[in-house]
Amino acid sequence: MYVYDEFDRTFLQERVDEFRDQVRRRLSGELNEEEFKPLRLMNGVYLQLHAYMLRIAIPYGTLSADQMRALAHVARRYDRNYGHFTTRQNIQFNWIKLEELPDAMADLARAGLHGLQTSGNCIRNTTTDPWAAATPEEIEDPRLYAEIIRQWSTLHPEFTYLPRKFKIAITAAKHDRAAIRVHDIGLRLHQRDGETGFEVIVGGGLGRTPFVGKTIREFLPRHHLLSYLEAVLRTYNAGGRRDNIYKARIKIQVHEIGTEEFTRRVEEEWAQIKDGALTLDDAAIDAIRAHFKEPDFEALTDEPEVLVAAKADSAFARWFGNSVAPHKVPGHAIVTISLKPVGGPPGDATAEQMDAIADLADRFAYGEIRVAHEQNLTLPHVRQKDLPELWRALDKLGLATPNVGLISDIIACPGLDYCSLANARSIPLAQDLTKRFADHERAADIGRVHLNISGCINACGHHHVGHIGILGVEKKDEEFYQITLGGKANHKARLGELIGPAVPESEVVDVVERILDAYVELRQSPSETFIAAVQRLGIEPFKERAYAAR
Amino acid sequence: MPLVKHGKLVTDAFVTVADDETLPDAPALVSAERLLKEADALFARNQPVGVIWPNSKDVLDLAPFVDRLAVVALVFPKFRDGRAYTQARLLRERLGYKGELRAIGNVLRDQFLLMVRCGFDALDVAKEADAQAVEKELKTYSVFYQPTGDGRPTPLRARLAAARSV
Repeated sequence: MYVYDEFDRTFLQERVDEFRDQVRRRLSGELNEEEFKPLRLMNGVYLQLHAYMLRIAIPYGTLSADQMRALAHVARRYDRNYGHFTTRQNIQFNWIKLEELPDAMADLARAGLHGLQTSGNCIRNTTTDPWAAATPEEIEDPRLYAEIIRQWSTLHPEFTYLPRKFKIAITAAKHDRAAIRVHDIGLRLHQRDGETGFEVIVGGGLGRTPFVGKTIREFLPRHHLLSYLEAVLRTYNAGGRRDNIYKARIKIQVHEIGTEEFTRRVEEEWAQIKDGALTLDDAAIDAIRAHFKEPDFEALTDEPEVLVAAKADSAFARWFGNSVAPHKVPGHAIVTISLKPVGGPPGDATAEQMDAIADLADRFAYGEIRVAHEQNLTLPHVRQKDLPELWRALDKLGLATPNVGLISDIIACPGLDYCSLANARSIPLAQDLTKRFADHERAADIGRVHLNISGCINACGHHHVGHIGILGVEKKDEEFYQITLGGKANHKARLGELIGPAVPESEVVDVVERILDAYVELRQSPSETFIAAVQRLGIEPFKERAYAAR
Repeated sequence: MPLVKHGKLVTDAFVTVADDETLPDAPALVSAERLLKEADALFARNQPVGVIWPNSKDVLDLAPFVDRLAVVALVFPKFRDGRAYTQARLLRERLGYKGELRAIGNVLRDQFLLMVRCGFDALDVAKEADAQAVEKELKTYSVFYQPTGDGRPTPLRARLAAARSV
């Protein structure tokens, strides 16, 4: 993983000092709340329903074991002993006191962590594939470019007061695990005539006006990555709407002026700066690459005996089937740790679990951990021979729920229990759903389903791109939920379709169950996935069944 | 409001002139409309001319005047409206403007360094106390990640330069 040098450490310390001074001025009244708000937001500090919330950046979702321990420390020392991993490959803490925030930040900075640009109208933490540098599918490690973007975007003087927040995601694999088509900018690394470059997708996003992004350039040579991004951001900063916060995202600008006109403006700006100071030469890219310390992989072979023997245990085999993925290095594997236990809030981990995961990463996984946008954790480099022991250890910690990719692997925003924007609760609904589908046999029979829940139209739970999407709405002071089907966040991203009127909370779980029962009946064979069946049949047959009992 | 130029408190020699006002015999700051309409007359006077350029207007329209303008004032109606950052860089880096580039409006201390990095050299500071803090604010950071027209080296470039000199 990327190793910070003296420069990065100096910068982080200066950032902590700056924030400490800003908090001091807020507490003394020199800054009013309106003035303080954007400053705290840019350090990841929100004022939520009950308390300040701190969101910590995990650049491109990569954590060292020691960084995970620093997160556990913050959970224990400053919060209520747990943290919440989010769809932005971040973690957030919900109960930190404003007075203690500078100290918490200083503790984090010692581990190379911070809350920088996890909120505010700036370029947010760039996200990527949690399987980066581990999956055999990718053409190059996308984190190299995510790191290049991190450096360029960190406290960018021109782009720190944009019309709205700005999110960039990048992938280098055929299977998009970074949801690049629903980001302000999505970048897909691919090769053309032996050269590596990017497909540039702009204007995707969820929220109240969801859009799938549009490709504005099929192939951008990698050396021009930053100048092209700067041209896009400049076009947005100068021309994006600021009259209405709901219309201030780049997706609205692209939609209103048209993809063609938007592309023309970007290309015109880019032509002026493309060979300037932002040009990346091979030396610059190699210098970044040299800062990524790769694990010293052991020479091993696939399918070691101990693994083959362990698969005779059906519980292990079940977990292996949905949590373990192939690795690019023989004898290794990628492991997803489910943070979706039956009855638990999706994405939460206790300080003890975080410490334990850090220890397991050190023992079995070359000390590296990833955060996935599905609110799970990934150990990207695990020795196959250690899988049975890792599984036993995870099981003891309550972290071996064999549901990754299945119906109870739910994405959910914090909802009305924590968030001041929410109209409805998300977590209790997710908990009820995991209980209803707790039977692993049944969940396995239903197969791959992404169920995403958002507690309001801002769509932090990515409901638009859930195979089943659930959106909380308020009706006459009561919580209701709209249901969509057919959304996808992958390389064939599309938005789900609403099946009909919103249902009260008490009925949601039954409706979901009826939709899934309909699928099991209507599928051509067990190999036809839920999403494939929805695409083949349309939403009608599901809609009929969903409301049949009402 | 206190004007800070190159980090020091200075007296503002410019008078802001409304569109329907007669020009005084002094350095004058005029609106964009007036500049575009009366450019010849304005520059024919024996007094420096400055313009207040709104952040919704294309700053590249200033191209014909950059060599003659003494001040360009770019506007931050709210500090959260960051369009003038882009305008400043274009003015400095694209049009090669060398005169005074002034930030006006809701100009607060936590933005000073960003403004200077984008090319502003004069800050019309909104709060008295903030004007005292300019020097300190500009030293908040000693390291910068991205190149702008201010010419400061980025870590990436500094590292590469160090590697080359070995």
